[in-house]
Parts: sequence; structure tokens; C-alpha cells
Amino acid sequence: MRAFTYERASSVEAAANAASSNRQSKFIAGGTNLLDLMKLEIETPTHLIDVNGLGLDTIEPTAEGGLRIGALVRNTDLAAHETVRRDYGLLSRALVAGASGQLRNVATTAGNLLQRTRCPYFYDTNQPCNKRQPGSGCSAIGGFSRQHAVVGVSDACIATHPSDMAIAMRALDAVVETVKPDGSHHAIPIADFHRLPGETPHIETVLEQGELITAVVLPPPVGGRQIYRKVRDRASYAFAIVSVGAVIQLDGTGRVAVGGVAHKPWRVEGADAELSRGARSAASALFADARPTEQNRFKIDLVERTLGAVIAEARG
Amino acid sequence: MNHTTKVSFTVNGASRDLDLDNRTTLLDALREHLHLTGTKKGCDHGQCGACTVMVDGRRVNSCLTLAVMHEGDRIATIEGLGEPGNLHPMQAAFVKHDGFQCGYCTPGQICSSVAVLEEIRANIPSHVTGDLTTQTQITEAEIRERMSGNLCRCGAYSNIVDAIVEVAGTKA
Repeated sequence: MRAFTYERASSVEAAANAASSNRQSKFIAGGTNLLDLMKLEIETPTHLIDVNGLGLDTIEPTAEGGLRIGALVRNTDLAAHETVRRDYGLLSRALVAGASGQLRNVATTAGNLLQRTRCPYFYDTNQPCNKRQPGSGCSAIGGFSRQHAVVGVSDACIATHPSDMAIAMRALDAVVETVKPDGSHHAIPIADFHRLPGETPHIETVLEQGELITAVVLPPPVGGRQIYRKVRDRASYAFAIVSVGAVIQLDGTGRVAVGGVAHKPWRVEGADAELSRGARSAASALFADARPTEQNRFKIDLVERTLGAVIAEARG
Repeated sequence: MNHTTKVSFTVNGASRDLDLDNRTTLLDALREHLHLTGTKKGCDHGQCGACTVMVDGRRVNSCLTLAVMHEGDRIATIEGLGEPGNLHPMQAAFVKHDGFQCGYCTPGQICSSVAVLEEIRANIPSHVTGDLTTQTQITEAEIRERMSGNLCRCGAYSNIVDAIVEVAGTKA
């Protein structure tokens, strides 16, 4: 690990200011992903700003009837929260499908959104990777790509976003609240928060340097059957091959977001509209523009079948 | 540029004041600076759980957190749980059920096991929990799922589960 200086931030504004004045700095909250990447020298910040002392760890109802989740709420606490379990079951289910008990006790809401890809070539510093070293090339394209993205990909990158939580957040239309170094407050719909790789796969979100996530807001509950189904290579503690997060209403309408298939939580309006016609119709809409490799083409069928199982369970 | 930071926390009830290179993980602080070598370094990347300790009553991977991030925290390690002649019931159950072979993952397994039973009693849900709106029950399936962050290369899993089930039944 490279040496770095360290400070404990005293306020949101001070944290954002400190980060904007040093482009080599990073915020640290749980640190479960960042420290791992620092040990491998994939991340090499020269300064860490510890935001754990900023509060931001409460879950409160909003005036609109939704829920404001502080950026520092730990994954365990969010999954176990009474209102989340009752009204946003999809979110609880997605959270407990991810990582291990030890990691969920530490990992935060904001950090979960910002976790980086688990593409093995991103982790292997001996291999080219446009995300790790812009312009160096993509080893996954033409390499072992079974786990990689099938839709929204570019010629520069076919990495996936690894979060389970973010799939639920996307299906629930969450809004990410931030503060910029100039003190201004911003609300970013989660649909716009993560970027597709394009020519700049190293830029993964729309956040600016120094912009700090303070909360994630959920709109009022939408009811319905809320199901998160994750398909992985072992029964627990593994990243998704694919995952399906869905809210299905009694009349068969609903919404669906898919994980393990793209650089961001994947949701397509046209697929929601097709949901009542069944999994095949919805999957066709989800993957109309898919560009799979020979090794990961199976994910398209797997999502259709997983979604079919989710719809059947909802009707159950 | 100052690459060291002072930090104070308690370990197994005793106050500890350290001046550490910022890069020092909690695991390395415990082992290399405080010489509490019960906590083990396995993968050092949060994948194996050998380094599991309790921070403010919750189990964490001590390899994936910086020591300087723990100002004022209460750390508990396997040494604080019990010692020869005065074993914690979970330690005794691991011995009784042969819940290990080489023993390297065992401190992490035991810290995690104790926390798992507390987490179920605190009604924290898991991936195998049925109804999210009722009290979670202690079942073998729940224990297996919640222990998935602790790997045992010797494959003592079934005996580990037996040990935890026994302690759960006897109300630790």
C-alpha cells in the first residue's frame, strides 16, 4: 500500500472542501472495497478523508412519505430496519444477498453505490485495463468474459457493477443526495448516477471531485410483491452471475431491474411495460441492444428464466 | 507530510494508545503492535474471515479497516472471549465437536459464531430468512448462511455447525 496522509472530517462541508483541494484524495467510510484496492495499488490515494464521524447514519421518514437513508447507514442496519423490511422488502433482500455478515456490518449505503467492478482483469495489475489505466486496452474483450456485461458495453470496457443493493435502489427509483465543495445540495436520480463505460470506463458515476453523498432517498412505498433473486456460482458469499430485482403488482404490472449484466443497474422502461406479458417479452426489451460475448451469451437466457421464476413466485 | 496518526481504543477492556503508520490495518495493529496473535491473517482481503474481531459489539474483518479509523472504539478479540481454564461456551463447544483441524481459521470462526447467535436474537435478517416481518429463528440453515464469510480449508464445517447449534440450544 502507498503511504497517505489521513484526516477525520469534522463536517460535510469540510470533507467536501478537503477533497476538492486535493485530486489525489479519497473519502473513506467502511473502506471494505477501497482498502482492498489500495493493498493491490489499484487505488493509490495520497490522502484519506475519514467521514465516519459525520453522523449521516440515521434512517428517517420524509415529508413525502418516503425514507431518507443516511450515507453512512451500514448495510446490516439498513437491511434490518423495520420500515425497510415492511415497505421496501426488495431492498432488505438485495442487501442480505450481498457480501458476508462481517462486511455488511461495516459497508455503508454510499460506499455500496460506489464500489468498483470485480472484473478479474481490473484486479490483475499485470494486464491492460482501460478502467484501471485509461487507454491501455481491455483484456476482458477476447479474454475470459463469462462474468462480464452483455448490454450497455463499449469497445473499451465490458465490466459489470457488482452491487446487489443498487439493483433494488434502481427498481425503487431512489434519489442520491449530495453536497458539492461549494456547499450546494444536489439530488441525482439513481438512473443517472452510474455511467455506461463508453470511451471513459474509469469514470463510473456523475459525481464531481469532492462531491459527497449525504443520503439516498426512497420515494413512498409502491407495495406489490417485492422479490430479489440472485444467481451465483455458490450458494452464499459470491457476486451475481445475474440477479433480478422486481416489484410485481396484483394485476401483473410492475418494474424490474437486473444486476450482473451491465456497467450499471440495468432497467429499461420498455421492459417494465412488457412485464405483464411475461418474462420473455420483458427480457426481449431489456436486451434489445445486447452485445454479449460467446462466453456470456447465456446470461440473456438466464435472466429471462430467472425473471420467469420471479413472476411465478409473485403470483404464488 | 505526516503519515502517522495517534489513535486510542480499548482492546478486551484495556486502554491502548498507539501512534501508527496510517496504512496499519486493525489486524496488523492487534498482531504486530499489541502482540495479540490469536487473531489470524488469512487472505488479508476480506474473503476468508480468519481476522474476524468484534468492534463495538459487531463482527468485522479486521484486515479491511484501518486502525486509525477506530478512535474511541471497543475492540474484542478471541483472547478477550475466553482463555485456557476459562473457556467461552463457544470455545468449549468447538473443542467438544472437533470444529477444527489445523485451527488457523478457528479464532475467526468462534468470534463470528458468537456474533451470529447475537445477530439472530437481534432479529437481523439473512438471505435464508423466510418472513422479514417476524422474529428470525435459530436454524441450521440460518447458521450456515450467516457463517459463509468464514472459510475453513480443512472442511470442518459440519462440526462447526454442530458446535454452534449446541451453544444456541443451551442459551449462551
